[in-house]
Amino acid sequence: MASLKRELREAKKVLPPSVYEELEAKLAKAEDLSEEEKVWVVREAVKIYLSAMVQPGEAVGTVAAQSIGEPGTQMTLRTFHYAGIREFDVTLGLPRLIEIVDAKREPSIPIMYIYLKDEYARDEAKAKEVARKIEYTTLEKVLDNIEWSLGDRRIVLRLSAEFMEDKGVDLDLVKDAINSSKLGEVVEDEIQEVEEDGQKFYLVPVVLSEKLIADEDLYKTSEIHRALEKVKKLYLKGIKKINKVMVKEVEEETGEGKVKWYYLITEGSNLEEVLKLPEVDHRRTISNDIHEIARVLGIEAAREAIIREIKNVLENSGLDVDVRHLMLVADMMTWTGAVRQIGRMGVVGEKQSPLARAAFEVTVKQLYEAAVRGEEETFHGVIESIIAGLPPRVGTGSVLLRIEAARKR
Amino acid sequence: MARTRRAKILEHEYVPEHRVLSMEEAVELLRRLGVKPWQLPKISVNDPVAKALRAKPGDIIEIVRRSPTGGRAVYYRFVTAYGKA
Repeated sequence: MASLKRELREAKKVLPPSVYEELEAKLAKAEDLSEEEKVWVVREAVKIYLSAMVQPGEAVGTVAAQSIGEPGTQMTLRTFHYAGIREFDVTLGLPRLIEIVDAKREPSIPIMYIYLKDEYARDEAKAKEVARKIEYTTLEKVLDNIEWSLGDRRIVLRLSAEFMEDKGVDLDLVKDAINSSKLGEVVEDEIQEVEEDGQKFYLVPVVLSEKLIADEDLYKTSEIHRALEKVKKLYLKGIKKINKVMVKEVEEETGEGKVKWYYLITEGSNLEEVLKLPEVDHRRTISNDIHEIARVLGIEAAREAIIREIKNVLENSGLDVDVRHLMLVADMMTWTGAVRQIGRMGVVGEKQSPLARAAFEVTVKQLYEAAVRGEEETFHGVIESIIAGLPPRVGTGSVLLRIEAARKR
Repeated sequence: MARTRRAKILEHEYVPEHRVLSMEEAVELLRRLGVKPWQLPKISVNDPVAKALRAKPGDIIEIVRRSPTGGRAVYYRFVTAYGKA
């Protein structure tokens, strides 16, 4: 007994936790094995693990590049639209992969996945309420029409009751928003409610302020339009940059039968503000903007996001790439504590070898600048060694032998 | 409020466990790995997690990641003074 225990203790020092736990669990179940055989199994597992480890000096970067690059050639060049979600475009395939690896400042379609705390997630009505609260709403979104005439400081806003209901905006909110802004004053007594073709509208007369439009400009159409544009952009509620919010339903099979829960998908992203909301599950809510994640949740979260995003893109395209390659890419991108792109402005551009940089992009400029600065080529890397026809310092080549001729035994 | 928000991000699914190493641990680590501090991966003092832990430039932060392959992986980052949040 003691020897198996000792053997396992030795194995624990070598094996990674997940492999060790699996080994231990399987050994506990294997009753038809004798003590001696179990010891042999443990030893063999350690031996196989060690032989599967990457050798020192292995050119892992080159292998990773090839392993992501080759399947990448099979990806579709077109941006595909996600079939499952209506109204939503999701960048997928090669364009998205390039976006991540190039560390673009902002993704072409920023998206947030907002998970809610239990009491909101279980109830569709409550989830919708949160969605309305988050969605960035301006006056324009509840507006049917604006009636105005030349030379008149007074305009009439025609608000659609249907839109207001949909966005969760009431008349008081609109009144308060206008009155507290510098745009003008609502004429409280003359608010009307009208019905046309079975649709309800509110007519809200507003006297525009002098600040918004000067008296002499009242006869200039262009000036009036500029003023009206400002009125339309009036902020009512919601979080900036979150343009559209959708409630998604998920059905989950648990022990007590089917459970329905809801989460939100948004177009536009503002992680910092959304995480502050009390209704939101701050443990899981996430954006697809890597830089934003780095800014709000830190560099390690950004690394995790890079891995998950690339993995997601590759899986959606039906490609199978080992995560270890993606982990290497993510580690390189976050090495300096900020997100760097894999390219001339990032990881490659910061290589110390001028030849390696020149081999990537803008060759002449790189060589020219290296010459101006008087940089030195030390031929430590793979790329520059190949260019110069030297054996690259990789694998067995990373060991150099020197003969000390003068030394006597 | 500010402090609770800082604590909140540490609970996020994407944020692994961070811990600032003590001086003795840091020296021992550098001796064991045989590296100088600047050879480690870096993290900015302005990083939200580094701020939440009140790390100072020159500290070493130990990060215990949940690795999809190894189950648990330990990583180290050297806190640097430069870099914006």
